[in-house]
Amino acid sequence: MHAVFRTVLERLGLGLATLFIVSIIIFSAIEMLPGDFGEAVLGQAATKETVAAFRRELGLDEPAYMRYAQWIGNVVQGDLGTSFSGRNASGIDRSRPVVDLIAPRLWNTLFLASMTAIIAVPIALALGITSALYRNSIYDRTVNTATLTTISFPEFFVAYILILLLASLWPVFPSLANVDAATPLAERMFKAALPAMTLTLVIVAHMMRMTRAAIINLLASPYIQMARLSGASQTEVIIKHALPNAWAPIATVITFNLAYLVVGVVVVEVVFVYPGVGQLMVDAVTSRDIPVVQGCALIFAMTYILLNLTADIIGIITNPRLLHPK
Amino acid sequence: MTQDPETYSALGEVGAFQERRTLWTRIKLDLKKSPMTARFGMSVILIYAIVAIFAPLLAPYGEAEVFPVPYAPWSSEFIFGTDQIGRDIFSRMIYGARNTVGIAVATTLLAFLIGGGLGLAAAINRSWLDQFLSRTVDVLMAIPSLIFALVLLSVFGSTVINLIIIIAVLDSTRVFRLTRAVAINVVVMDYVEAARLRGEGIGWIMRREILPNIMPPLVAEFGLRFCFVFLAIAALSFLGVGIQPPTADWGSMVRENASLIQFAQYDLKAGLTPLLPASAIALLTVAVNFVVDWFLHKTSGIRDE
Amino acid sequence: MSDSGQKGDILLDIKGLKIQGFSDEKWHDIVNGVDLTLRRGEVMGLIGESGAGKSTLGLAAMGYTQPGCKITAGEIIFDGVDLAKLSDAEKRKFWGNRMTYVAQSAAASFNPAHRLIAQTTASTIRAGLKDRSEAYSDARILYDALNLPDPEHIGDRYPHQVSGGQLQRVMTAMAMSPRPNLIVFDEPTTALDVTTQVEVLSSMRKIVEEFNTAAIYITHDLAVVAQMSDFIKVLRYGYEVEEAPTRQMLSTPKESYTKSLWSVRALEKKEQEIGQSILSLKGIDAAYGVSKVLFDVDIEVPKGSTVAVVGESGSGKSTTARVITGLLPQTAGSVHFDGTELPPALADRSKDQKRRIQMIYQMADTAMNPRQTVRDIIGRPLEFYLDLRGKAKNDRILELLEMIELDGRFLERLPSELSGGQKQRICIARALAANPDFVICDEVTSALDQIVQEGILKLLLRLQKELGLTYLFITHDISTVKAISDQVVVMNEGKVVEQGQKTEVFQPPHPGYTELLLSSVPEMDPDWLTNLNAKCADLKG
Repeated sequence: MHAVFRTVLERLGLGLATLFIVSIIIFSAIEMLPGDFGEAVLGQAATKETVAAFRRELGLDEPAYMRYAQWIGNVVQGDLGTSFSGRNASGIDRSRPVVDLIAPRLWNTLFLASMTAIIAVPIALALGITSALYRNSIYDRTVNTATLTTISFPEFFVAYILILLLASLWPVFPSLANVDAATPLAERMFKAALPAMTLTLVIVAHMMRMTRAAIINLLASPYIQMARLSGASQTEVIIKHALPNAWAPIATVITFNLAYLVVGVVVVEVVFVYPGVGQLMVDAVTSRDIPVVQGCALIFAMTYILLNLTADIIGIITNPRLLHPK
Repeated sequence: MTQDPETYSALGEVGAFQERRTLWTRIKLDLKKSPMTARFGMSVILIYAIVAIFAPLLAPYGEAEVFPVPYAPWSSEFIFGTDQIGRDIFSRMIYGARNTVGIAVATTLLAFLIGGGLGLAAAINRSWLDQFLSRTVDVLMAIPSLIFALVLLSVFGSTVINLIIIIAVLDSTRVFRLTRAVAINVVVMDYVEAARLRGEGIGWIMRREILPNIMPPLVAEFGLRFCFVFLAIAALSFLGVGIQPPTADWGSMVRENASLIQFAQYDLKAGLTPLLPASAIALLTVAVNFVVDWFLHKTSGIRDE
Repeated sequence: MSDSGQKGDILLDIKGLKIQGFSDEKWHDIVNGVDLTLRRGEVMGLIGESGAGKSTLGLAAMGYTQPGCKITAGEIIFDGVDLAKLSDAEKRKFWGNRMTYVAQSAAASFNPAHRLIAQTTASTIRAGLKDRSEAYSDARILYDALNLPDPEHIGDRYPHQVSGGQLQRVMTAMAMSPRPNLIVFDEPTTALDVTTQVEVLSSMRKIVEEFNTAAIYITHDLAVVAQMSDFIKVLRYGYEVEEAPTRQMLSTPKESYTKSLWSVRALEKKEQEIGQSILSLKGIDAAYGVSKVLFDVDIEVPKGSTVAVVGESGSGKSTTARVITGLLPQTAGSVHFDGTELPPALADRSKDQKRRIQMIYQMADTAMNPRQTVRDIIGRPLEFYLDLRGKAKNDRILELLEMIELDGRFLERLPSELSGGQKQRICIARALAANPDFVICDEVTSALDQIVQEGILKLLLRLQKELGLTYLFITHDISTVKAISDQVVVMNEGKVVEQGQKTEVFQPPHPGYTELLLSSVPEMDPDWLTNLNAKCADLKG
């Protein structure tokens, strides 16, 4: 078998194994709940019968591995269980399937994340590469200090500064990003402008610093000096000699930051009351609605693992040592 | 410049001998040469430390003292006004230094205790223990830590102790990786082998041969981890699942006063109020980052051009 | 090619060149007003020890300065043009066209992403000297001339697909591809094993002669430079010591520094009679995991003598040391020390057994904890093995420092404040502190400059005489073997090829591998390589 193919398969296998273990961890969240949570969910007035019925519904009487098998089977078919909220002591159940709660919000979150990525990735790469090339120039030092400052800011600080400036003092954009399924694209983008800007500022700072470090590292390789000494111009050194070896580090930087975006989105959604998965998850944590927390966590973890997997696979398929084995 | 070979002696060989200085003079020299950013950072950290330690003396009012004037404007009585239920914001900011920073320091210390200890053990053992710990850490790091923290907090509830333990455990994974990586580089050194050949015990080798040589990167990492933990706790408190009221904490103070920002057009000072705790957080992280940046540059010995 | 000059015309003329480098927040002189004249078709050997500024000068000959360095004075006139005055863009017209460079580490200097032939011909095609197909077929001719296997197809491979010696020759082909006027060779064979080095040297010399290219050959190895160059320039601390035609320089060096460089090679220990064995290895097998690295090794070490173990990298000589010390327990066979069998694992040996066998490492830098002072480093074994404290310990440390020709001023220094030779001496003192009977020296001189090597070897010989020590001396360097040993063990691929008194082993006839190893070691005779090649040709013919 070709070495690249084999290594990619190995990495995919490892990714699957990680997903499996992560799913077990997330599943076991419900195992760790204190014994009286049935009462907590259904309220003080819940009768013994309704609590028992609720426990039966969750299958708490069956052994854990059976319930895991059932749960993961449902998850694979797109069923994330039923929310705890909407239940009450009387046994009347107005709860909704977790999937119905997550699906529309997932679309919103993905929209915000992609909008940010489309703006942030090119800016960050351009800043990172140029400051690596003009290392220690005034430009480099300014960008360096500015980004070091930005990564030190909590996301909500950046968010509120933007709100203060662009929504409150000079009202250009709305401070509430209340979109729904019917919002047309242009309005959606307008409303999501401030959240996207917040995320962009934070991500660009991180990504630019990592890109700069990766490029400096690459330019220090002896083969780059060799290329210079054989008369290659700066452009040729970058395009022909540095770039073919830069895909792996650049892919790592990009995916790492997209993965970071997945997390950063939670806080920003709350600040701007943007109806995404992050806000849903925080609400669910506050009300200890475990099935919803599980569903959201599973989606975030999956995205995160898939992104890292992509970076690794790009690294593998661009590695000349694996592409051309001995 | 030619040295006569007949008089060659080991003593005459030119070594990079430096004058021996006491720790204090070396620190003074380093400080003298430190860049503006690092000096700024150090002063900020010092001020925060003083405020945190002497909070009860410095604060004009109590941490949870309620006055019958919610949302009072900035005045000589309430320097930064009062919050939604009438507590003095300036006093709460001062107590916040104690609570928010104190909890973050405790969490970082715990993370280093766990991650550093296990990392060192894995670097020395290098067999089943290393395998087990490294794979566990791989899995833990496959879940974004904020998400993981949210799941755990939803299960165990948001108490300060839970918060410290959960964040410390999640963050110790990164400390583990770094400690293990730098310690492995030291463990393979000939001087560690020489100590083993001499018959030194594992404790001596850890304490005398390995630890002193992995300290600089770990000290720098302590600063970075602190920033990360500090921001994570602030974010969780901001989201309402971290430090709970009535404890004064910068993250939740931002959330509680957030709505004031809408009034910036009419009263700029009121609009700035929610930004005060947020900038207190930002200022400290900037300060720590500046100091760490300088420290890393100084100890790495890498002088780019 | 714009070149129209005749052989014998001046090609490169460097006058009063000064170069400074920035480190420790100060500018330091690296090259201090050096003149250099090179005529067309000539090969100049540039030699010196570490810090002599030879690589910086070599690169400056191309008008190139490394990041962090700057030319502060002088001219670099190449074929009538002062390179020091040109911009980078103007210099690029010369680089990879009229002047080329061969680096020390071929493995790191090739771009992993491109095929060898594309890298070989890139600068030729860029300069418009040949079109692609011409350049490619020319590269294949060069590969053939450099004795590379399968010259038609080796260029289609990627750098990681060929061996280090082959890669170094491909780099020579790359340097030759534009038919430059000047090639700078920067320690091109230092990273290679001796048997590989010979082949690379031969093919480099052949091709430089064939195309009548001028070259600067930078190295610290005198025997190598003797083979390659028409004349030699000796550098020290950035100054020129002297310059002379190769034969004259070898036979009658003028300056005392040069003489001392030459004399190191002359050190030779008078062989001792074989005494009783203090250490004997019988039928040792050893393995790292599943890969077996030692096969049935028998070695006898007579008391009070020096046994040198020689071999190339991967021969198992260091593994043998690890078995003796107990770091790598053997899988078969036994180690007897002074009449008793040593337990295979270090943990099972008594404190006294550990004390009596001490080890000195190749890299003194990594053998000492950078955070401990000389006092701590030498003091610890005194405390640990002999239970010396306070004044007794202090007195003994001073005594040991004197034994290694240093003194009490060094007590509080850290390793980073010592020179290379001083570091190795402290390591010797640490070994002596344990009052050992048997010392394993693992390539202890190979990281040091020639003169310092001599000092260390003399010290070891003196200590052996005074203290009755037994040495097991691991090395790949034959002149070190001659200098220090009584007996020699030749190892190859985990097996002992030959063992005997030094004079016996160095006396022909040799078993096959010893012959190859000994004949591959360059000698100071400028005709050595020529004669060797002639002999090989005879054998083949």
